Amino acid sequence: MALKTDAVGKEWPSTTYQVGREKIREYANALGIDNPVHFDVAAARAAGFRDVVAPPMFAVVYSSPAMAPAMFDPDVAMNFAAMVHGGQQFEWDEPACSGDEITTTARCVSIEEKDGKGFYVFETDSVNQDGAKVARGTWTLIVRGV
Amino acid sequence: MSGLNVGDQVPELRVTPDKYLPHRYAGASGDFNPIHIDDEFAKAVGLPRNILHGLYSMGLVAKANAALAGGDPRALKRLSVQMRGMGFPEQEIVVSGTVKSVEGDRAVVDTVAAQGETQIIKNAEAEIEL
Repeated sequence: MALKTDAVGKEWPSTTYQVGREKIREYANALGIDNPVHFDVAAARAAGFRDVVAPPMFAVVYSSPAMAPAMFDPDVAMNFAAMVHGGQQFEWDEPACSGDEITTTARCVSIEEKDGKGFYVFETDSVNQDGAKVARGTWTLIVRGV
Repeated sequence: MSGLNVGDQVPELRVTPDKYLPHRYAGASGDFNPIHIDDEFAKAVGLPRNILHGLYSMGLVAKANAALAGGDPRALKRLSVQMRGMGFPEQEIVVSGTVKSVEGDRAVVDTVAAQGETQIIKNAEAEIEL
């Protein structure tokens, strides 16, 4: 069966995420990251950050809400029962700090069939309240048995 | 920070996520997919038990690379991974890696996260700004 590719090039409405100190601390604790710049305002400022700074992979926290409407879009028509998150890339620019408002936009880059599997590739672009790039995510979702 | 050279090793990171780690990571990340936090659900859909979030394991790879860069969260400029094997709670994860190339102020690091013989994060490539 041919894969439905109508969604390639489609962009979804952006989402905005308010970064907060406690959420950064909760994320750092779950990963066992103990660098004080993620917990202590004075330590973060001494290291040159505006406020408590998020670990790089906190990018999933502020950018994944933008992925939800993309994944559930009927134009994408993904079979979730057979879907795995097969690959992920992030590229980082400006650090995300507590107090930032980060806006993320998701778009579908490609939908291709390889070896009987569907490869769905999405990109997310996240910018902060000053319009500075924070992170770009590339999300590869693989659906078996298409 | 001091410079990195080709062949330098990522400080080895060993972590054994406890039984409730997937619940804490779910809360921290907002990903409450039941295959990660509900053992019965996971078994009902054919998995051996509830599995770790792939992005948690990727987070450990990011942590190990940040340590290589002296702990500065600004140093990690890019991280690309493949999530192929399933990771499980209550089993040790070992993150290891090697600096593959250094050009100007950028180092590229190959990293792997494994549980026993299973690579749960493979072909991880990190770009670090020196």
